[in-house]
Amino acid sequence: MLRFDRVSKVYNVGSFGSDRLTAVREADFEVRRGEVVALIGESGSGKSTLGKMALRIASVSQGTITCDGTDISTLRGNRRLKDYYRRVQGVFQDPFSSYNPVFKADRVFAMVRGEYYRDVPDAQWRAKVHAALETVRLDPQQILGKYPHQLSGGQLQRLLIARALLLDIDYLVADEIISMLDASTRIDVLNLLGDLKARGLGILFITHDLALGNYISDETVIVHKGSIVERGRTEKVFGDPLHPYTKKLLSSVPQFHKKWEEVEAELKAREAADTRIRDYHLPVGQEPPAQLFEADEGHFVQPFPHGARASA
Amino acid sequence: MTAAQPLPDPLAGPEGTAAALPEAPRREALYFALRNKKLLIGSAIVGSLLLLGILAPFFFQNGPNERIAPPGLEPSAQYWFGTTQFGQDIFVQFAHGVRSTFLVGVLGGGIGAVIGMTVGFVAGYKGGWIDEILNMITNVVLVLPTLAVLLIIAAYLESRGIVMQSLFIGLTTWPWAARAIRSQALSLSSRDYVDLARLSGFRTHKIILRDIAPNMSSYLFMTFILLFGGSVLAAAGLDFVGLGPTDGMSLGLMMHQAVKWGALQLGVWWWFVPPGLGITAIVGSLYIMNVGLDEVFNPKLREM
Repeated sequence: MLRFDRVSKVYNVGSFGSDRLTAVREADFEVRRGEVVALIGESGSGKSTLGKMALRIASVSQGTITCDGTDISTLRGNRRLKDYYRRVQGVFQDPFSSYNPVFKADRVFAMVRGEYYRDVPDAQWRAKVHAALETVRLDPQQILGKYPHQLSGGQLQRLLIARALLLDIDYLVADEIISMLDASTRIDVLNLLGDLKARGLGILFITHDLALGNYISDETVIVHKGSIVERGRTEKVFGDPLHPYTKKLLSSVPQFHKKWEEVEAELKAREAADTRIRDYHLPVGQEPPAQLFEADEGHFVQPFPHGARASA
Repeated sequence: MTAAQPLPDPLAGPEGTAAALPEAPRREALYFALRNKKLLIGSAIVGSLLLLGILAPFFFQNGPNERIAPPGLEPSAQYWFGTTQFGQDIFVQFAHGVRSTFLVGVLGGGIGAVIGMTVGFVAGYKGGWIDEILNMITNVVLVLPTLAVLLIIAAYLESRGIVMQSLFIGLTTWPWAARAIRSQALSLSSRDYVDLARLSGFRTHKIILRDIAPNMSSYLFMTFILLFGGSVLAAAGLDFVGLGPTDGMSLGLMMHQAVKWGALQLGVWWWFVPPGLGITAIVGSLYIMNVGLDEVFNPKLREM
């Protein structure tokens, strides 16, 4: 289980760190094996920072991230870090900048071999690479020995997933891996993630696209301005959204037959009609706490003032 | 030159190269290097002067400061570059001078490049307080008045050799290289492939050497060439104001002596023209080479 326990990320900005910027505030959730967790939020909400912290590319300011009980910030030294990366890997948003342009694309495999499988014989390694490529439905003949600019975005992205699979990983952090792909390749990669999930992988699926999140995930976490505003089983979050931001997010998916003004008016009317005072409503003017309230079994929401509407 | 070379079929040529590109990036660079006039001319001049500097001194029986000939002879078959007012063979001096000029360039430029690249890469990649400290040191060295410092050092040193001079030049010329490389490394280290290298378990030095440096190899080479040229000029300048090596010979020292003994006024042009031309030729050819190399390594320039 990859567990985020009240994780915060604070950046020191300004000269000599005179100013502080909170990118993530007390995020609390977990990714279990064989489960896809969709981390949904707008640009700048801190969702990528959460992914980077899980991959130890960014440090954790407060709180802990544990992987099967081990605090990952205590993994000091190259050896222990490598053991961690053997189990947890990431794939990034932009397939074109994930490859070093001066080298061939399959160097990403050679890097893994150089660090982890130094004493595997050539033939065995080749078989392993071919098996990984087969999993992501790529033809080795078409891919190996090519430069990144000679391959398509979809091929590069799947190649990166294959690279992660070489390491017998338990968890995969997929940071917006689909947003740069076109619609037809998109569904291939999505279904591939579904296969991986079935094979017991835990996937942290970071996205800004609600439809993708709904399509693939078991659990949904909605992030807004660095805080988690709502999380729970995907069908609950999407079927019965509680937080105004989630509601706004869900209704802002463009619809064929409606203009945004209509949608917005509807949203306002529905909010005004709901006069029930719920347990998670705060007095007006009170700052929302970071701790979430369990509104329904396994469905958490950040308390907010009654009648509040999410301001952009 | 082109006539001697077997020219590829003009029709088959481009396809042949295009097919060769993916398999052999090294040969690809060589292919363009051998067809780049600037690079060829530059390296021919630098190469022949280098050969002269390395080999010629072995054929002379006399040292550069020995008085072996009648003074003030014009260039002739026996004394190719003539002689000085003291009867020293200027060609012997020139060959020794070229040798020490290359030594200063390689040593001074090399030391400067190593320090500059190390500081630049570490500051740019690591960032944070390491970056701030290294930046501070860089800026301090950058504003040091080099000449004044050298004057003070020279006062304490009994004899100055070429190695000592190169060391000093190398230790004072690296800051601009560090700053330039830092900004490049800073921009490259935020790329996703650097993160991917970290996810592959690469250590910091490996990421810098294997992922960041190869992406700016032509830039690094250019830095070295510029530092080389800068060191040669700095050494010539120091020699000229009388802070050159107290033993041995250099092109700057030749000019210093020529001016000191009134070669200009006496019309002994063969005393100061060879060293001046030598310095200009070495530094100028290096710059031309640098432009050529940029065309070889930068595909955008190459296609023109």
